[in-house]
Amino acid sequence: MKVVERTGAQGAEKFYLIAVVQGLFLTLGHVIKNLFNPKRMSVVFYPEQKKALPPATRGRHRLMKREDGTPRCTACMLCATACPAECIHIKAEESPDPNIEKRPEKFDIDMLRCVFCGFCVEACPLDAIRMDIPDVTIADYTRESLVYSKEFLMNHDNKDVVTGYNPPRPVQLTHGPHARP
Amino acid sequence: MDNQLFTLINIAVMTVVMWITPLQFVPFMIWLERKGSAIIQDRIGPNRAEILGVRLFGMIHNFADVVKLLNKENITPSGSNKFYYWLAPFWSMTVSLLPLLIIPLAAPIMVGGHNIVFQAANFDVGILYVLSITSMGVFAVILAGWASNSKFSLLGGLRSSAQMISYELSMGLAIVGLLMVYQTTQVSAIVENQGALVTAWGHALPLPNWGIFLQPFGFILFLVASFAETNRNPFDLAEGESELVAGYHIEYSSVKFALFFMAEYSNMVVAAFVISTLFLGGYQVPYAPTEVLMAHPHGVLIALCVLVALKGGVLGYIFQVHGERQEGLKGVRKAEPFFFAYLGYGLALAAIVVLFLSFGWTLPDWAPGVMAAVLQLGALLAKVFFFCWLFVWVRWTLPRFRYDQLMRLGWKVMLPLALVNLLVTGLVLLTQK
Repeated sequence: MKVVERTGAQGAEKFYLIAVVQGLFLTLGHVIKNLFNPKRMSVVFYPEQKKALPPATRGRHRLMKREDGTPRCTACMLCATACPAECIHIKAEESPDPNIEKRPEKFDIDMLRCVFCGFCVEACPLDAIRMDIPDVTIADYTRESLVYSKEFLMNHDNKDVVTGYNPPRPVQLTHGPHARP
Repeated sequence: MDNQLFTLINIAVMTVVMWITPLQFVPFMIWLERKGSAIIQDRIGPNRAEILGVRLFGMIHNFADVVKLLNKENITPSGSNKFYYWLAPFWSMTVSLLPLLIIPLAAPIMVGGHNIVFQAANFDVGILYVLSITSMGVFAVILAGWASNSKFSLLGGLRSSAQMISYELSMGLAIVGLLMVYQTTQVSAIVENQGALVTAWGHALPLPNWGIFLQPFGFILFLVASFAETNRNPFDLAEGESELVAGYHIEYSSVKFALFFMAEYSNMVVAAFVISTLFLGGYQVPYAPTEVLMAHPHGVLIALCVLVALKGGVLGYIFQVHGERQEGLKGVRKAEPFFFAYLGYGLALAAIVVLFLSFGWTLPDWAPGVMAAVLQLGALLAKVFFFCWLFVWVRWTLPRFRYDQLMRLGWKVMLPLALVNLLVTGLVLLTQK
């Protein structure tokens, strides 16, 4: 049997009061320094100031567009299948373009269910969905307004996008109508 | 006005004042706790609640708190004993307001032939009154714990009452040493005694005759015990969040919770007043007892001016640098340090100076007494503010005790030390005879 010595307070520390006073002076040092030089407190005044998000942040979704403004998505359902939260609801319809078979009639993302795992982005062979709008404070007053429609997801501008989240995708198409830019 | 009526009015006014004092301190204490904890942890602290753009360095948050607490649903849990459940918070609040009645705010003064006292009740048994009233606070804890029909609050109430009863012993014994030294239980007499210098074996020492110098061990014991009595960290096992959620007041909401909350803080204020009165000379200014202050009114006047200017300057400077720290916040806030520190204290200073310039070098009869009283009130408040800050400071520095450590400290360390302190005090007093 091995007897383990207790490693606790020893000597003067065991008297406790001395250690208490030492601790008090430690915090007092912080108080005095912060009182007369508040600049040393590294605080972000949040609603007015915002910290830049790190480059790998998975932000809000957006649907990418072709050059003619139609969605790049072909309603292949890979993202909806990959989604563990089952928050993507796609309804396909026939595309008027003879080179493209399908396009989404409806593409809803239920942000109340979304867990921001990024699987949809990884699953998409066409780079049609990305999660790089730097908005991580998604909140609203009704449930309905948090189910984002196709129009909402496509309504973006490249200058909104800074997070740079760009995971590897399973299929890399280099030519044809589905080629990535 | 005859003297009896005047005395009656004087006592009535002082009673109301001393009853309101802890209530006035509560918002200040809450603000101090929030800002103090923030600044200890290198944060800014609350600064968002505002009235018309005025934020007063976070003090407006107290108004927001009041509105929030009054608007919450007032729950009575099923299966609770309604009468005791409702009695507990009111009992807690009432008991916490009572002990201050015996604290003298300044030495009695004569104005226009009338004797004005700054003490609501000058009992012979002053200290015993404080001990008995504060020990009644434990009923509120037990009642709240038992009546709200919850396991957590029952356990919290049991813990808290056991703790308060254990530490009351060493608290009482720590005071007994003080009583042996001053030979009286009357608080005003104790404070008057503390104006002199320490005499030991016939020699005068250059120390004021304060309890902290005569009874250093008694002071430490009393301080530790008062932390335990007010249920403050490191003795706040009553609300050990990790085990008991919130302790005895877990089932209380709305105004009833607010009463417990206020009682906790006003207990702290009362403890600060009692410690400064018993151990730090109460209203006495060190090395300047009341007679000296009365004899040198011009010195007191200059001291008052300097202190007001100093306080306004330091407060204004701190508010200024902290206001500037908050970038992106403009408008009314920029003027806050000016309006609430520089201008206020500047006007007070100007009022004092103008008032006394109009009298010239010969001051009126009432002036020495009034000025001495103001200075003594300032001295008492300075000590009280220090202890209020100490309560906050200790809370945000030390971790919480475990329950067995708490009981061991109370019974095996503090109680024997208090008894030894009594023995040594008695022996020293015997050799002095």
